[in-house]
Amino acid sequence: MTDAIIIIFSSLGALFILLAAVGVLRMPDLYLRISVTTKAATLGIGLVLIGCAVYFNDLSITTRVSAIIIFLLLTAPVGAHMIGRASYFTGIKLWNKSFYDDLKGKYREDHCLKSFEEGEPDDSIEGSVRNK
Amino acid sequence: MNVHDYLYYVILPVLILSVLLIFIRFLKGPSLSDRVVSLDLLITTGIGIIAVYSIITDQPTFLDIALILALIAFLGTVAFAFFIEKIKK
Repeated sequence: MTDAIIIIFSSLGALFILLAAVGVLRMPDLYLRISVTTKAATLGIGLVLIGCAVYFNDLSITTRVSAIIIFLLLTAPVGAHMIGRASYFTGIKLWNKSFYDDLKGKYREDHCLKSFEEGEPDDSIEGSVRNK
Repeated sequence: MNVHDYLYYVILPVLILSVLLIFIRFLKGPSLSDRVVSLDLLITTGIGIIAVYSIITDQPTFLDIALILALIAFLGTVAFAFFIEKIKK
């Protein structure tokens, strides 16, 4: 019974990690690759670690595993946001078939968001369509 | 076929194949950000390999190293994000 649970969890986890790897290799754009890294890989690692906790069946190991999972769940979105924000500032282009750039014209020169008082953030839908 | 054989002959090769695929992106990556993202994913996959390996060798102590690796991956990503933003300014 325990063996079946371990096999199911680790197979699902390995499948999700493999999908994340294929996605990171095949996605056309940095931002799409970041989204693959955060979601699929975190889910896959969580499933593999749950299988590990089921195998050892010990309170200290379960605590350790849940600490790793919670830490990954907390830090993966933060890291992905920071690297995506930094690469948006360095001018990495979106995929040429992606249609909307919602952040276009909304950042000031010193990398802060524009507020409504001091400027006219271009909120209209025409302003955010690329190549216009 | 018990759990150890299954993990050793099925799960571990799948994980290593995904490490190879990510490493191709790490070598190809057009920009520095691509390399940072794929390095983060390499370390995350390494945590999974360590978890599977701790089951195979029956040594739960390896999970401590997985915890440290998760910490280092986050710190590295944040530091690289600051660095990329600084060299632009």
